[in-house]
Order: sequence, then structure tokens, then C-alpha cells
Amino acid sequence: MNPVFEIRRNYLIITVDGELDHYMADQIRLKADTYLEGTRIKNVIFNFQHTTFMDSSGVGVIMGRYKQVRRMKGKLYAVHMNDSIKRIILISGLHKLVCERDSIEDALKSE
Amino acid sequence: MGHQAFWKKTDTDTSEKQAGEELWEQERNIRDNKMEVSILAIPENEQLARMLVTAFVMPLNPTIEELSDIKTAVSEAVTNAIIHGYPKELFFGEEKYVHITCRNEEHTLHVKIQDEGVGIEDVKKAMEPMYTTKPELERSGMGFAFMEAFMDGILVKSKLQKGVTVIMNKTIGKEVCHE
Ligand SMILES: Nc1ncnc2c1ncn2[C@@H]1O[C@H](COP(=O)(O)OP(=O)(O)OP(=O)(O)O)[C@@H](O)[C@H]1O
Ligand SMILES: [Mg+2]
Repeated sequence: MNPVFEIRRNYLIITVDGELDHYMADQIRLKADTYLEGTRIKNVIFNFQHTTFMDSSGVGVIMGRYKQVRRMKGKLYAVHMNDSIKRIILISGLHKLVCERDSIEDALKSE
Repeated sequence: MGHQAFWKKTDTDTSEKQAGEELWEQERNIRDNKMEVSILAIPENEQLARMLVTAFVMPLNPTIEELSDIKTAVSEAVTNAIIHGYPKELFFGEEKYVHITCRNEEHTLHVKIQDEGVGIEDVKKAMEPMYTTKPELERSGMGFAFMEAFMDGILVKSKLQKGVTVIMNKTIGKEVCHE
């Protein structure tokens, strides 16, 4: 399944359906860059509501987007994380960089 | 059992072999099983590898969390073989394989993931968290750390230009009491 991109205000919402592995990470990277380059977008929300799996490739792609939003003084949010994704985020230390929220609406509210 | 009946009918001169086979059937724990597969080293097959190992371990009745641990560990090892073992610069257009061997023994899954790629010069260093040789591909250096965290044991062997072998095991249902 392909990642879905949506823009709301200056937020880019990336919804990851299915499994966030090496293959999916490459797809996200490819498209996210075209959205983030030369636009007003400052923040990125990763929506994990329909994500059933994630490995270190996911960590890499989140870390990469974090560096991009930091340059624009924006924030990176993660919403609807299940337990196994939370564990990956914790072990990798990403929880220190990523703002965890319950829903997309919560993330949009927080600015 | 159906297999055994077939064996008896078609083979005439194998009473010794047949006895051995029957003994193996008797001694073998009902859950014991083996699988050997070789898959083409392309990113699309990482999902296939996860599905194969997941399906293989099902008879041990893993919890959702145990399954997720195994899936992640297998994904890490197979992804490493594809990205690092057979880097595109060196192997473009070549048909290369990742070999996966699984064994269920009692309540333990043993899984071996092997490639014949470039190998690792310093295995100890490679296994350190956050160590990566491919930061330009946005790798985070967490693969081995996840394998260690999610499996009970891991052994990594390598020889330069010969490839890498990762052997891992995980006992299923440790928190429940086996009869
Ligand atoms: N099969 C392999 N063949 C050759 N080198 C490997 C192999 N597996 C791992 N390595 C080396 O070990 C390093 C660490 O591997 P590890 O999986 O921990 O991190 P990574 O793959 O670089 O990043 P991540 O897994 O977080 O995406 C790699 O950067 C690579 O140099
Ligand atoms: Mg890796």
C-alpha cells in the first residue's frame, strides 16, 4: 500500500497504511521531499492509525523528516501509535525528538 | 502420516531407512519443524521473508507481541543483507539471494539469515547501537539493536567478501507455564 499525503495549514500529514519497512520508507522519502521543498509547510504529522508494522527503516525515515522540519523551526508529530511502534520509538530514542499525540486533531491544535 | 503410507508403498528396499524414519517420527516433538528458503535480494521480498517466518512459527502459538518481535528481527536481518550485503553499486543487475533457515524445536524458534555479500569487517563495532555505514541512505544504525532487544539470543558471523550469517533464537510462551 502507498503512503497518503495531505496538507492542512502548514502541516504535512503522512498516513502510513500497512507496514513501514524499507520499501515503504523509500516511497515516503521520495514523495515527502517534493511536498517539503519550497512550500510553506513547517510541521509533519506521521499518522500510524493503520500501520501494522515498523522496523529501523521507519526510524530512519522519521529521523530524516525530523531534521527537515527542524530546519524550518517546525515540529514532528506521531499520532495513533500502537504498542509495538511505541516500543520501537522508545528503544531508538526517537521519543525525545517526536511529539506524541492521540490524534491528528490534537497535533493540529498544539501550535 | 499420509506421507509415511506413501513412502511404504513406493519404496521396496528400505526397511532400515524406514525404521529410522519411523523412529524420527516418534522422537520428534510434534512441534518440531524445519524450513529452508532462498529469496531474491530485492526490497519487495522483505515482506515475503517476514510472512514466511511468521507463518512458520504459528504452531508454537506466539502472542501478538512475540510475533511482532520476530517480524521486526527478521526484517532487520533481511534488510541488512539486501542493503549492505549486496549494495547496488557493486551488485546492480546481478541475481543475488538471501537464505533463510528456520527450525522450531520444542518451544523455541531458531532462525538463520545468510547472504553471500561483501561481509562485515568489524562485527562488534557494527552491532553497536547507532553505528551505520550508510547515513546517506537515512539508516539509523538500530537494526542489530532491535534484533538483540527482540530476540533471546543472536550470533553474527562474517568474513569479508564471503557474506554475513545472523543466527537468532526466541523461546515462545516464556511467561506461561508449559506442562
Ligand atoms: N548483511 C550485511 N552485510 C554487510 N554489512 C552489514 C550487514 N548487516 C549489517 N552490516 C553493517 O553493519 C552496520 C550496522 O547494521 P544495523 O542494521 O545495526 O544498522 P543499519 O542497517 O546501518 O541501519 P538501520 O538498520 O537502522 O536501518 C551497517 O551499517 C553495515 O555497515
Ligand atoms: Mg539495518
